[in-house]
Parts: sequence; structure tokens; C-alpha cells
Amino acid sequence: MLYTNLKHIESAADHAKVIGDNENVMICCGRMGPMCIPVYGVMEELEDEFKHVRFFDMEFDNPESHVIRNAPECRGFMGLPFTVYYKNGKIVKATTSIQNMTQVKTILEKEFGAPVNA
Amino acid sequence: MRNGGIAMDYDAIVIGGGPAGLTAGIYLSRARMRTLILNEGTVGGQMVLTHEIANFPGVESISGFQLANIMKKQAKAFGCEVRSNVTIADLSLDGGMKSVSLDNGETYHAPVIILSPGGRSRTLGVPGENKFKGRGISYCATCDGDFFTDKEIVVVGGGNSALEEAVSLTKYASKVTVVHQFDHFQAFEHAIEEAKNNEKIHFIMETEVASFVGDEKLDGVNLLNNVTGEGHFFQTDGVFIFIGYVPNTEFLTNKIELNKWGEIVVGSDMNTNISGVYAAGDSIAKRYRQVTTAVGDGTIAAMAASQYFHQLKSKTNALLIHL
Ligand SMILES: Cc1cc2nc3c(=O)[nH]c(=O)nc-3n(C[C@H](O)[C@H](O)[C@H](O)COP(=O)(O)OP(=O)(O)OC[C@H]3O[C@@H](n4cnc5c(N)ncnc54)[C@H](O)[C@@H]3O)c2cc1C
Repeated sequence: MLYTNLKHIESAADHAKVIGDNENVMICCGRMGPMCIPVYGVMEELEDEFKHVRFFDMEFDNPESHVIRNAPECRGFMGLPFTVYYKNGKIVKATTSIQNMTQVKTILEKEFGAPVNA
Repeated sequence: MRNGGIAMDYDAIVIGGGPAGLTAGIYLSRARMRTLILNEGTVGGQMVLTHEIANFPGVESISGFQLANIMKKQAKAFGCEVRSNVTIADLSLDGGMKSVSLDNGETYHAPVIILSPGGRSRTLGVPGENKFKGRGISYCATCDGDFFTDKEIVVVGGGNSALEEAVSLTKYASKVTVVHQFDHFQAFEHAIEEAKNNEKIHFIMETEVASFVGDEKLDGVNLLNNVTGEGHFFQTDGVFIFIGYVPNTEFLTNKIELNKWGEIVVGSDMNTNISGVYAAGDSIAKRYRQVTTAVGDGTIAAMAASQYFHQLKSKTNALLIHL
């Protein structure tokens, strides 16, 4: 169980619904470990600012997270967390291992645009 | 408190929200000082990198993440404001009123500053390191060890962390080669012995990693023998790097006295060479770096800072009465 303040994706069906229903989605797939916790923290912080993006986490050890673990864009990833960005249901960017606020913000702004009232 | 470009005044600003900074925040707020903690990353600092803290007195065992959240809750309960994931763009420590500006244009002023930016793992800084981070290079055995099940890996370093993590990685890897730059280890005898007695662990001494090689994923490392000067390619599926610690004090260069390792020089009250500026935790010049020592430093810094602040306030009040 990931004890973050993010919304959790529990199943592949949930995952399909989330990326199907929302234009811009960021999902961090990890554990409660030192490389993952900072990324959840950054996402929690950015949730208020990037209102046009939906932020979720998914537990890496949940068998249903194969939808992220086995995504072609995550091939060769060997560092947690796997963080995946979806636009209209398609992966537009994926990163492996820890990312800081600046790195995440740069991707969000590039792929989904800057916050409207920024 | 977000101020959208307008300056805000506090009694004290703490830079860094690890155990040292959070403790300072608790003490300063309890002393009724309006206190702001500014933290660059996730609140808790290196504590959140620790799966289990078993040596914090009074708590038998707790994850670093949980302990950090309790400390943050305590600080906030006393009225301390905590801002995480901020970037400090400028810092002025001169004069009675110090100022801290963030990269978003916000500026904060206070007569008291406590510096507790802690430290981070050292990186090798050789070609390919950034490219293969998460694609074969890792800094966390407990996080990424299982990606290397039945694979051959390298551990770089010769201190306690390197040797302990090398042993723990043998749970997954079929072979672990420790690459160390010197002819001896800087680790406790028991850690050396345990690593040497593990048949999955091999050693390449007096050798450094010169670069990482691969295309999409890491294929190996170029090693350089420090004695002969000869280089050779060493094939490996993964590399774990544990080569020590650096203080996060680059932003303090030429602003405060640092020693040759970049650590903040403090007196017995955690006072720095600048009046009203104190420092605590892993970023100061000291020998032992633990959560308990960071908490102790934070306590001393906050108590000394609080005394300084109240004396300053009394002097200012006396001056106002005389006018
Ligand atoms: C893997 C690991 C395991 C450990 N295990 C233990 C253990 O079991 N027991 C134990 O007692 N100790 C342990 N330690 C050591 C302990 O975590 C540290 O000694 C302690 O966290 C130091 O506290 P600190 O507040 O000085 O600094 P840190 O914990 O490093 O916190 C500093 C904070 O300041 C922030 N910061 C840095 N620069 C800036 C800036 N310019 N502006 C604003 N904020 C900034 C950082 O983002 C960070 O949040 C461990 C350390 C590691 C890495």
C-alpha cells in the first residue's frame, strides 16, 4: 500500500479508465522507497498548480501494474520509480529513477502546457 | 505563506527541512518566534532515504518517512510554516535583517537564519553517469536490487555503505565486484570481514571507474588502474555507487565561513561567523552524522538563536522607548 496523499490506481481496469477519461495524466509507479517518495512529494506539491493534469500513483509490486512495468516506453528501466505521462491515453514521456521538482515541471510544461493562471 | 513577489517578514527562517531544520522549527515556534522552514526537496531530507531507523531513542523502529512526517506535524502544530520543493535563488546574510529570495520571485526577511541544508550522496561525475541513471546505474540497493537478480554487478566504493550494500546485493546478484580506488577500505573491520567472506563478492582495488559504456542500456564500465595507469573495459549489467557524502553548501560559498570540504564552520552554540546566522546538522563541520546528532544540533542552534532574537528585540524596544 502506498501511503501518499495522491489518488491511487489499484488495477489495470482503473488505469485504462483514468487514461481514457483524462487528457493529461501523470502516474508514478513505485514503492515507499527513497527514490520514489521524493517524486510523490513533488507530485503532491504540483497538484494544486497543474490543475489541467491528473496525478496518480500505482504500487510497483501490484501485479496489475504490468500496464506500466511492461510498457514499451519503460523497456530498459532499472530504477524505481517508473513515472509515465499520458496525453489522450498515449504515453508521451516516461522516466526512470528519482526526479526533482524542476525535472518534473519541465516535462509537465512541455507535454501538457504551463498552468493556465501561472 | 505565498506572497506573489511581495516581501514577507519572519522572526526566523530555517533553510533545510531535514531532522536538524525541523527540530529547529519546533523549538523556535515553541519560543513564539514566527518561523518559516524553506526546503528544497521533500521534507525530511535524508531521513526519508532510510527504510528503518532503529537507533532513534524512544522509538523502537520507524521508517524515516514516518519519522519525518511526525517531526513536520510537530513543527506545524507549534505554528511553524513549512514550504517544500522551493529553490533559493539568492541569500543575503549581511546586516541585521537577512533576506532569502526564491526563484519564483518571493522574498522573505528575518533577523535570524538557521542553515540546515544537510548533505547528499556523492556522484562519480564521469561520462555516462547521468545517461544510465535508472538504466543500469543506481544509488539505492534496497530500491533497485531486485532488477539485478541473477546478474553480475559492480559496487563502487570502499566505505561502510559500499561494503554493507555489496553484501545485501548478493541476495539478488550472481556476482558482485567491488571497485575501490585505494589499496585498503575505509570501513569497520566487521563490514570488511563480512564482504571478504562472501563468496559472491570479488574485489578490484586501486582502480577507478573512468566512464560508463552502453547504448540504450549499460553494457559495462571503463576502469582505470591508479597504479599502472592502464585502462580496461569491464562488462557488467549494473553499477551501484556508494562513494560518500557532500554537504549541500554550494549556495553558501562566499556568504559564510566554510572549511575546505565545504562544511559550515560553527562554534559551540552552532553560531557561524555571521551574527544572527546559526547552522545545524550534517552540513556543519563535525565527525558523526546521524539523525540524533542533527536533532541535537538543531536544538542548540534554535535555543541560541532564540536568545539572540529576544536580546535583539529587547535592545530595539529599549531604543524605541528612549526615542
Ligand atoms: C541511506 C541512509 C541511511 C541512514 N540511516 C540512518 C539511521 O539509521 N540512523 C541515523 O540516525 N541516521 C541515518 N542516516 C543519517 C541521517 O539521515 C542524517 O544524518 C540526517 O538526516 C541529517 O539531517 P540534516 O537535517 O542535517 O540534513 P538532511 O537530512 O540532509 O536534510 C537537509 C534538507 O535540506 C534541504 N536542502 C538542501 N539544500 C537546500 C537549499 N539550498 N535550500 C533549501 N533546502 C535545502 C534538503 O532537500 C533536505 O531536505 C542515514 C542516511 C542515509 C543517506
